[in-house]
Order: sequence, then structure tokens, then C-alpha cells
Amino acid sequence: MPAPRPDSQQASAGVPAGEDLGDRTGDRAGARALARTPAQAFRHGMVQSLAFLIVIVPFAVLFGVVATEAGLDVAQVMGFSVLVLAGASQFTAVQLLSDNASAFIVIVSGLAVNLRMAMYSASLVPWLRGATGRQKLWIAYALIDQSYALSIQHYERHPRLSLQQRLAYFAGAAVALCVPWIVATWVGATVGQAIPDDIALDFAMPITFLAMIAPMLRTPAHLAACFVSIVAALALAGLPSGLGLLIAAPIGMATGALVEKRMANRDGGPA
Amino acid sequence: MTASPSPLTVWTVILVLGIGTFLIRWSFLGVLGNRPLPGWVLRMLRYTPVSVLPALVAPLVMWPEATAGQPDPARLSAAAATLLVGLLTRNVILAILAGGITLFGLLYVLG
Repeated sequence: MPAPRPDSQQASAGVPAGEDLGDRTGDRAGARALARTPAQAFRHGMVQSLAFLIVIVPFAVLFGVVATEAGLDVAQVMGFSVLVLAGASQFTAVQLLSDNASAFIVIVSGLAVNLRMAMYSASLVPWLRGATGRQKLWIAYALIDQSYALSIQHYERHPRLSLQQRLAYFAGAAVALCVPWIVATWVGATVGQAIPDDIALDFAMPITFLAMIAPMLRTPAHLAACFVSIVAALALAGLPSGLGLLIAAPIGMATGALVEKRMANRDGGPA
Repeated sequence: MTASPSPLTVWTVILVLGIGTFLIRWSFLGVLGNRPLPGWVLRMLRYTPVSVLPALVAPLVMWPEATAGQPDPARLSAAAATLLVGLLTRNVILAILAGGITLFGLLYVLG
């Protein structure tokens, strides 16, 4: 993930008022982005989110179905999607709950899956620093992978957007992504109650996890982290439910970090 | 997925996980501000999903509960198909479909 440098960009763009440094590309899309009213920026954020719904909606339906199959009632399933609002950790928590893992292990594992969002939060600071406390609460609530990815790309591409335009764009994306997540979860929970028990839904969760993991394996470091954590988890499978995960995951994380560092040293080492 | 977890446990998990996740998201925006993360923390964070999720899923694939912990050709093939399609297409939904079709196809063929 490239680190944004909005502060330096803005600092350099702020000085020469006559010169148009607004958008590096100087394209028409850039001019349009700068000319949008907050309401238009909101709609723009919504429209650009639509493509993600192809993934988000079936994913949320699936969560509703498997969580219901795991024995949760509709209120609990909705509680997850409204209060946690994070797909991978919702699936993780439900899987561990259905394995009768202790609440402590379920919570720690679910939070570990969401730790990456601290990075999102940090990288939005330079762009949204001026927002009010209340606005920041809403941003934090709706900061999911897709709303983050869309917004940070938009902000970096158009560094001279006003704070209002940035906030409106985020709000549009957040509404278009989070509301369908919640509604589709409810659909899934309702459908799940109607599905007969003899269908092999036990494997829906593992397949979903694998489908989430595969696209993340972008670099040798990611592959190494994944491989080591699988080996460790299988070796530790005899431990009480969920405990092997809590040991295997940090080993995998350390492996990924180590491989990344070694590769960076090799690539960027003294010539 | 037999015995349902107790409602108290489930709601505790939902509330604490919800609050904790919110605090993670709010952390830098809300209180920590522009403080830079140390490099090693950033590196570890980058690999949390690819470490936690595989560690969670590996035992489920190897020793499925539905077959009383016996490795199962249909489920192993479904897992392989999901990973393969996921790696090739980078598309989560296509990968899930590939896994689901493989699983139900093989369960049907193998009886």
C-alpha cells in the first residue's frame, strides 16, 4: 500500500496560487471532482461504490445464512452486521462460536482480523483531520475495506478537494456499501431459517474464508505468512478450540514481516 | 454446528467485538492523530488477515466436522478449487462459486 503524502502535496500546491497544480493529471475528471457540490460528491461516492455491491451483497446473504445455521437468531445475526460491520471478523467470530471456543478467544480473534483497520484510520488522518468529532465517529463506524479503498484513491487522485467534498464522498460510499450489507444480512438470516438441515452448509464457511484469502496472496511475504500460519495451525490443532489460532497467527504475521524486511533489504541494499 | 452457543456469550461477543472494532477504526482519526506507526508494527499489521484467516480455516479443511474429523476428498477438492479460482481471478464470489459447485458436484457423484 503506497503511503499517502497529502501534507507535502498540499503544502507545495498551496503556495503558487496562480498555477494549477490541483490535479497532477490535469484531466477533466479532476476539474469535475473539484467543481462538485457536497451533494454531488455524495452521489459520486455512491455511484462509484456500486461495483462493490456485486461482492458485498452475496457475501452478506451468505453471512446471514451461515450464522443462522450456526444457531444464532435473527437479532444476533443483525447485531453482528450492525454493530461489528466487518465481514471477515463476523465470519471468524461465528465459526469460533460454533466450535464452542471461549468468548475471550472469539473476541481476540475477531479483533485481530480487524487490526488492519488501524492502518486505514492512520492513513485517513491527513485528509480528514479537520472533521468534527461527531463526523469522525461516523467515519470510524463506516470505515470498511471498500469505503476506505475508494476514498483514499479518490483523495490521492484529487488532492485539492475541500474537506466538505471529501466527507461527502466518504459518506456516499459508506451509505451505498453499509446499508446493503445490513439489509442483505437480514435477507440471508431469513433465508437461512428456511434451508433444510441436510444440505452440506458446514463447508460454506471454510470456502468463504479461502475465497477471501486467495486474492490477498499478492507477494512472497503474504504467501510465507499464510503458509507458516497454516502449518502452525495444523500442528497445534490438538489444543482447545481457538487456542492454536491465537498462537499460529502471530507466528504467521512475524514470518510475513520478516520476509518483507529481508526482501526490502535485498532490493534496496547498497549497490 | 450442533450445540448453539448461549445467548449471553453471543451478545457479549457482539458488543465487545463491536466496540473494539470501532475503537480500532477510530484510533488514529479520533485520538492518536498523525502519530506515525513504528515500521515493525505496520509490517505486522499488513500480515494479520493472511495469518489469522488461514490458521482458522486450515483445520476445518483438513478435518471437517461433518465427516467426524476424517479428511474428505470432496471437501479437500472444493477447498483447492476455491483457492485456485481465487488466485487466478482475484474474485471472491467466483471463488466461492467454484468451491460450492465442486463440493456439491463431488458429493453428488461420490454419493
